[in-house]
Amino acid sequence: MTGKMTTLSRRRFVAGATAGLAAAPLALPHLARAQGAPKVVVIGGGFGGTSLARYLQRHDPGIAVTLIEKDRTFSTCPFSNGVLGGLWEIDAITFTYENVKAAGIDVIHDLASAIDPEAKTVTLQGGDVLAYDFLVVSPGIQFAWGAIEGYDEAATEVMPHAWQAGPQTVLLRRQLEAMEDGGTVVIATPQPPFRCPPGPYERASLIADYLHREKPKSKLLILDAQENFSKQPQFEEAWERLYPGIIERVPASGSGQVMNVDPSTMTVSTAFDDYTPAVANIIPPQRAGQIAIDAGLDEGKGFCSIDPVTFESTVHKSIYVLGDATIAGAMPKSGFSANNQAKACGAAILAAIAGREPIASKLINVCYSFASADYAFDVADVFTVADGTIKHVVEEARVMPVGLSDEMHKQEAGYAHSWYQNITAEMFG
Amino acid sequence: MRMTSRGVLAGLLIGLLAAPGFAADAGHGARLADSCTSCHGLEGRSPGATPALAGQDEAGLFDKLKAFQQGTVEATIMNRIARGYTDEELAALAAYFASVTP
Repeated sequence: MTGKMTTLSRRRFVAGATAGLAAAPLALPHLARAQGAPKVVVIGGGFGGTSLARYLQRHDPGIAVTLIEKDRTFSTCPFSNGVLGGLWEIDAITFTYENVKAAGIDVIHDLASAIDPEAKTVTLQGGDVLAYDFLVVSPGIQFAWGAIEGYDEAATEVMPHAWQAGPQTVLLRRQLEAMEDGGTVVIATPQPPFRCPPGPYERASLIADYLHREKPKSKLLILDAQENFSKQPQFEEAWERLYPGIIERVPASGSGQVMNVDPSTMTVSTAFDDYTPAVANIIPPQRAGQIAIDAGLDEGKGFCSIDPVTFESTVHKSIYVLGDATIAGAMPKSGFSANNQAKACGAAILAAIAGREPIASKLINVCYSFASADYAFDVADVFTVADGTIKHVVEEARVMPVGLSDEMHKQEAGYAHSWYQNITAEMFG
Repeated sequence: MRMTSRGVLAGLLIGLLAAPGFAADAGHGARLADSCTSCHGLEGRSPGATPALAGQDEAGLFDKLKAFQQGTVEATIMNRIARGYTDEELAALAAYFASVTP
């Protein structure tokens, strides 16, 4: 009974799909296997690039996938705030590319320095020139140095951003460990759009949790360039429940935005006030990674417009852009988003290789935030393509509600760990 | 338990007949499931706290997803995720995960 119905339904579905195909012009390039394996070059070995490379390799091992990543290890921004709070070590969030290589992906540790969209080549800093049929650009973010006066690359050695995980995360953790009880920690947030909208507030939470445990006379001050922030009621509820009185926030309307810093005197200044904290974490404004800017993929906007179904650049055909570097409608800049976008893009590349039309699917983003080791909450979104952009299917009540039991928040923390284990296994396992 | 599954399955089949083009299609489900595996593991094989979906009973899984969507079971996340999908999509997801060897 079941089988019969399913077969019937599937046949009807296939018939519909075929009719759709017949109506569409056969405009797609057909890359016949006789011409050799299709070549996909991926720039950037983070959540977007690595997920895409593994997705293609798992679905069609016949595709030649090259991943260009300058670093030999990757520390994830997700879960890096846990390192700052002393919940786990940097090693727990750091991965090598050994399993990526073992899976048959050609990983080149170099920097992509130029893209030629006409010749379809990528030039590496080391001098190599790689030809591609499809190019995926997933370079993440870079910082807009100078947007905060006095905050340049040298200043990050005194006032870490720790917004690209790795040595900066370790430096900020060392500073927090070395700080005497009674000190003030400042976190300066950027104006949007920036990587991980709830990230600065999760960071404030886990540092406050650490201070509460180990240095209870200390304070944490958020100098905020935003008036309101992601999951605000949930964060503020957690702060009151777990470590009341430690976190203070100056919103944008209270002159919270940091305008300049002086690392030599540890001074952090807003339009009206100067602060001299013991530890200063400055998260500067951001834009797409340099290779995307150099290739003109951002059209001067700082981030890159994409086709909402395929993630193909609206500037250059056969170049796809993923993750934090994109303008992806309602999707936030997150590792989860980049991973989901990689699958949509991967499916589109597989369709193009097969000469099929790409089919829109639904995308998900879940951002878990920890407020302590046993207390987490999330924002969960399902997205669909509508009116030429990526929209929420449901706008309302996307965040876990306030007023839940400690048990629910503990269960959520368990799911956050499970998510991290599964998504990193998908990329690096 | 067995009765419940059959009941759901019957409901599902009536739904299938009523909606032209409706297909509990595992292939469509596989593409939709790409988004689920970020939490539930590749092909729905999750070793951790997030439930494994690979090899689950098709009707039972559909039933569970509908219950999340309608808010009739307590959940931390899935009640909000399930709202984002049509019955057709939930059926395709259930068909796909049921088809995967655990």
